[in-house]
Amino acid sequence: MSDSKSIASGKGSHEPEHDYAAGLAVIASDKVADPGLEPHRVRMTDKSVKHEKAAARQVAALFLASVVGSIFSIYAYFAFPLSDDLGTVRNNTLFMGLGITLGLFGIGIGAVHWAKTLMPDAEVAEERHQTRGSEEVRARAVEIIKLADSESGFSRRKLIRRSLYGALALFPIPAIFFFGDLGPNPKDTLRHTMWKAGTRLTKDPTGLPIKASDVTLGSVFHVIPEGLADLEHHKLEEKAKAAVLLVRLDPSELKETAERKGWSYDGIVAYSKICTHVGCPVALYEQHTHHLLCPCHQSTFDVTDECKVIFGPASRPLPQLPIAVDAEGYLIAQSDFTEPVGPSFWER
Amino acid sequence: MSTAVNTQKKGGFLAGTANYLDERVGVAGILKEFGRKIFPDHWSFMLGEVALYSFFVLLLSGTFLTFFFQPAMTPVIYDGVYGPLKGAEMSIAYASTLDISFEVRGGLLMRQVHHWAALLFVAAAGLHMLRVFFTGAFRKPREINWVVGFMLFVLGMAAGFTGYSLPDDLLSGNGLRIIDGMIKGLPVIGAYTSSLLFGGEFPGEQIVARLYGLHILLVPALILIFIVIHLFMVVIHKHTHYSGPGRKDSNVVGYPLMPVYVAKAGGFFFIVFGVIMLVAATFTINPVWNYGGYDPSPVSAGTQPDWYIGFLDGALRLAPSHLEVHAGGVTWAWNILLPMIVGVGFLAVVALYPFLEAWVTGDKREHHVLDRPRNAPTRTAIGAAGVTFYAALWAGASTDLIATNFLLSLNNVLNAIQIILIVGPIIAYIITKRVCLSLQRKDREIALHGRESGRIIRMPHGEYIEVHEPLDAFEQYKLVDFKDYQPTLARPNAQGKITLRARLRAGLSRFYFEDRIAPVSQGELDAAHHDHAPAVTEAPKKKAVTAAKKPVAKKPAAKK
Repeated sequence: MSDSKSIASGKGSHEPEHDYAAGLAVIASDKVADPGLEPHRVRMTDKSVKHEKAAARQVAALFLASVVGSIFSIYAYFAFPLSDDLGTVRNNTLFMGLGITLGLFGIGIGAVHWAKTLMPDAEVAEERHQTRGSEEVRARAVEIIKLADSESGFSRRKLIRRSLYGALALFPIPAIFFFGDLGPNPKDTLRHTMWKAGTRLTKDPTGLPIKASDVTLGSVFHVIPEGLADLEHHKLEEKAKAAVLLVRLDPSELKETAERKGWSYDGIVAYSKICTHVGCPVALYEQHTHHLLCPCHQSTFDVTDECKVIFGPASRPLPQLPIAVDAEGYLIAQSDFTEPVGPSFWER
Repeated sequence: MSTAVNTQKKGGFLAGTANYLDERVGVAGILKEFGRKIFPDHWSFMLGEVALYSFFVLLLSGTFLTFFFQPAMTPVIYDGVYGPLKGAEMSIAYASTLDISFEVRGGLLMRQVHHWAALLFVAAAGLHMLRVFFTGAFRKPREINWVVGFMLFVLGMAAGFTGYSLPDDLLSGNGLRIIDGMIKGLPVIGAYTSSLLFGGEFPGEQIVARLYGLHILLVPALILIFIVIHLFMVVIHKHTHYSGPGRKDSNVVGYPLMPVYVAKAGGFFFIVFGVIMLVAATFTINPVWNYGGYDPSPVSAGTQPDWYIGFLDGALRLAPSHLEVHAGGVTWAWNILLPMIVGVGFLAVVALYPFLEAWVTGDKREHHVLDRPRNAPTRTAIGAAGVTFYAALWAGASTDLIATNFLLSLNNVLNAIQIILIVGPIIAYIITKRVCLSLQRKDREIALHGRESGRIIRMPHGEYIEVHEPLDAFEQYKLVDFKDYQPTLARPNAQGKITLRARLRAGLSRFYFEDRIAPVSQGELDAAHHDHAPAVTEAPKKKAVTAAKKPVAKKPAAKK
């Protein structure tokens, strides 16, 4: 039985162009004949009353198991209450969940078992109809469109039609403006952080200042600017820009360009902790290689070489915070970062 | 009319209700139309069902969660039962997530049901798409429904991501941080768009409430609408069926909706729900209490998004270093834009593939019989290449875990995956196509000469041959019933010109159909049988016996 032929005849004789509808398909003239549906394979439940009755009992047993499961989950709701002991959460979750699971499985498996063993399982064929309407239906559809057009004068009355297009094109525009107050113009907020000349470097999250002498060789400090921990508003926004990583290296290992010679203090360098890729905190420091690794996308920065990118998708080095020491020996910033921190943006 | 009412009422409560409904909503007509509709049966048709049922489970569990979750980012001091975080400053959203987990009976269970169901929804939708692709179910008249299904897949990812970000824990916050970084990288509008989305600087105090609106209203409403369209079109087209004896483009072979499919599909909903419930009761997912509330400074190693976002995250990781370009005072963040283009471009190719194939084949007929993947070697190979590409991107999101678990160098793992991303699809294409063609040859061989029986006999003149058992007509038909295409030449149009379009189409048709194995024809079959007639004698009789049993069946199928 040829597929192509059956469709061809199904489409009707109205379409002389149909010969081309098959495109590049090869129309087989000598196709193997379709033997028709396979004979029905008889099941045990069809043949023997014993098996049929057993199947019916199994289905009922599964439905009853569901009842038991549902009741058990209600019991578990009361029998496993929550308390300050977190182990109670586990029992509550587990036993209520298992009860409901049984309640669901009983119904589901029971219904499927019923269908597979006791309902008829011989396959039936049903004719399909072409998705496209018959020629009469299509003709009527065209007629309706034409009628609507002539009755409304949609094609004829150009002025109405065009002014409607104009109105429809403009009416959604106010909605776009309505979204304007979703957020402020960023202006230059992305260029500045909390760091100013003289701001002390403090520990994250305690906010305790750091003495240069506390920073031993090879140690790492997670740093926030002084005062950030006490902020009432916008604490996280400021932290998302101002977080810094402090490392002390052997001064001989530092490769510093002339203009940044004064930015470190006795081998102590401070770099922005916000990745220049998409802004994750670059929090993993590998001591023996002096590499900083971003855990999100594995951009790797060389601390000895002004945090230049040596691996991963980032492009720019981490911005350096120029630091010094105040009269009491605490580490302070010389100024804000000299470039925007964090991910790239168009105007930077 | 009144007589009808009277006769119906005698039937008792059920008949009375049926009559009531019919006289008000015409339920009899609906039943007559759909009650005995035929659905074909195959395990692979259940993948879409799994996605549908997971969505129902998501609606149920999600509604429960909305009763307890508070989408606010105002900082509070935690004072709940979870000791390690007592006294910590966190957002209300995170605190209410902890409360759902530890202070609402069944709360953790529902959270885990919701999360597992979400993972299953996208997974099932993805596998369903692969099934549709590899069997050619997207061909006319179902191209538009392919696009609808594609939208559902994308919306599923959107629902997943917006939901994942709601608890405002460390991991989800970092996920948003990455989104913020990607948005900022957009040319011209980046910084403004980020500010609009977050209501100012990242993270702000708006984003959770905004995502919540999208997550519980807009996205699920869209999913629901697309599901309705998707299923409505299934009703219009009727379901496809696999090729085989009796299955034609002009019919549909299977079981009637009532009662068989109501029982099977209805039961299957409970089974899917049960599996999700079992997994949720026994396996922890997204233990947000371990991560702490969002703070832009700390991050844990081995961070990973939910699986379906992995391919986008992998694309970000696989971008080579130093792609960024600074020119004319502006920044082109190609290290972000390129992965976005790759990810969006890949999805666009997926969405548009049916139209490409339809253009190449020029086949305007309706297709309701599915291809066995081997019988469309080029399509199957393209699919395998696409799967490999996606898998490479996906593996890219786990470079760090692969490196640490297998004690490899992170750099080598990343470079290897970069190479696999380019070379892998080509290799997958070649291997798959060769495998398909070989399988087709094997099918041909079996159809023509039967199955190898392993029985060796010695001929009177001393030659040894293996006896081949011929197939019965039904098995044989399955091997020979498929559509065959041949490449075309670029032909001049009415003006006598060979257009670029025609050349392109001819080139693509060669790419698709140059290597082809034609289905076995009746003539070839007769010739093959004629060659070794003696070996053929037994089998057809055996089948005849089985066929004769048919009327004996105790419960013959409902005859049309």
